[in-house]
Amino acid sequence: MQMDTSPLYRRRRRTNLMGLALSMGAMVLGLIALFSILIVLFSNGLAALEPSLFTQDTPAPGSEGGGLRNAIVGSVMIVGLAVLVSTPVGILAGVYLSEYGDTSKTAEFTRFVTDIMLSAPSIVLGLFVYAIAVATVGNFSGYAGSLALSLIAIPVVMRTTENMLRLVPGSLREAAFALGAPRWKVSTMVSLRAAKSGVITGLLLAVARISGETAPLLFTALNNQFFSTNMGAPMANLPVVIFQFAMSPYDNWINLAWGGALLITLTVLVLNILARVFFREKVRA
Amino acid sequence: MQVTATMNPNQTAANATDQPSASMVGVARRQRLQDMVFHRLTQFFSLLVLVALVGIIVSLFINAWPTFAKFGAHFLWYVEWDIINEEFGAAIAIAGTVMSAGLALVLAVPLAFGIAVFLTETCPVWLRRPLGTAIELLAAVPSIIYGMFGLFVFAPLYADFLQVPLQSVLGGLPLVGWLFGGATNGLGILAAGFILAFMILPFIAAVMRDVFEITPPILRESAYGLGCTTWEVVRQVVLPYTQKGVIGGIMLGLGRALGETMAVTFVIGNANRMPTSLFSPGTSIASTLANEFGEAEGLHFNTLFALGFLLFCITFVVLALAKWMTVRVEKAKGT
Repeated sequence: MQMDTSPLYRRRRRTNLMGLALSMGAMVLGLIALFSILIVLFSNGLAALEPSLFTQDTPAPGSEGGGLRNAIVGSVMIVGLAVLVSTPVGILAGVYLSEYGDTSKTAEFTRFVTDIMLSAPSIVLGLFVYAIAVATVGNFSGYAGSLALSLIAIPVVMRTTENMLRLVPGSLREAAFALGAPRWKVSTMVSLRAAKSGVITGLLLAVARISGETAPLLFTALNNQFFSTNMGAPMANLPVVIFQFAMSPYDNWINLAWGGALLITLTVLVLNILARVFFREKVRA
Repeated sequence: MQVTATMNPNQTAANATDQPSASMVGVARRQRLQDMVFHRLTQFFSLLVLVALVGIIVSLFINAWPTFAKFGAHFLWYVEWDIINEEFGAAIAIAGTVMSAGLALVLAVPLAFGIAVFLTETCPVWLRRPLGTAIELLAAVPSIIYGMFGLFVFAPLYADFLQVPLQSVLGGLPLVGWLFGGATNGLGILAAGFILAFMILPFIAAVMRDVFEITPPILRESAYGLGCTTWEVVRQVVLPYTQKGVIGGIMLGLGRALGETMAVTFVIGNANRMPTSLFSPGTSIASTLANEFGEAEGLHFNTLFALGFLLFCITFVVLALAKWMTVRVEKAKGT
């Protein structure tokens, strides 16, 4: 049978080789493009990494030197408050969706809406929080910024909590019920405890996600050139400072922007890696 | 030896028909109260998301109403952006948004497909996990990083090695020449398309890879058993099976590209003009908002809210379609 050398077979093999070569080329191209971003970020950012980055505040336009201290502190406070708010809300909402609202129409619709909010444009969320928390009060504030970030983080926490709780075997819950535990104890002390590692992974991923968000903070926390821990007033934060500095003509500002970008990326990457390692270890155990 | 009659059958039977003791009733009542509180508390929190969605739509619409009242439906295709005379139209911003997102999809989807095929078919097994993790980590990098990369690194290279050659080679051609006119300064709609493509590439690749991986092995192995080449298996077996998931993933990427602010604002050129070529500067809805919100007042302020409302509607529709498609995939999977 002349199969190996028939023209049809040869053509099929050529197509196969071309297709697989193209896909490997796409992989290489994609990896080169993406890793070049990281390489550029690290090389430019490391040049800006000095102790003054953490000890000095953002410089005025035209003045030399400066650091990002107020922006770092501001970001930590805003993100911290957002995490504090979104953790209980997100986890309890996820508990409701998985333990109580299994098949009801409301629960289905809530899941649908949560998925939409997960990928909704963050600048629109910033507009919304401006309308309800800045225009009404009369000034920009760190609280409004935290509110906007919570609106982004809560759907993430909700979804991961619900998915992790679904993985808990029903027999575990039934054993707890059989022992006479009330429903709330089964949900929290049995199911949630069993899904603990997954829920914490979800929290870490949510923190990573909101650490890098710029657009929602543009209209809510605005920016502050000076050091301030007053969350009722505009607060400096890393993403907005980077945005302002990067598009400016001043060299030291651009340098600081790269340093800030490196800090944010490192935070995000470390949180993501932590989440993976944590989850994988617990799953293995 | 004394046998204490603690389990006297008569006594047990008598106890069973007695009323439960007062303390047991108390415990049961307390537990029922706790359960009800817990139920309502968690239900309240889960409804907050719905309330937030309604709130977003309502507050955006209310703040956008003066603009809609003045221009009506005409606002959608009115090509004008005159702040001083308060004449606004959404067409420029919508055009910029759709063009940059569309270009990003055209650039990113084939690459993402190639990456997913490589990861699921040809990659050596020991390399799959690290590369897959690398792709997923890159999907987590914040968008402002992509914007800075675009402005400082990509734009100069793109201007020298892509824009100038493209313009000199294809600029004179009759049908497509107009696409490559304009200043070759490294910014513009196509530049924004490239940066957005970088941003959504890891995301779409990860979704495609996940979807390819859940193809039942028996389908692929039957195809191999019939003598198909790897490429034929991918094209004729895996892709049709995962078609809805792939399209859902692409639409998710489109949704993110449409709403992206930072990656676009740095390189799109920020000019409130209708783009006349791939190289001309333009603006997207999100970058208009980012640039002009700080000092907007009066009708300008309302118009920005109108743009935000339109953006939310567009992304809502795209994401709803994506969700509908992936739900069909999950139903077919049996989960």
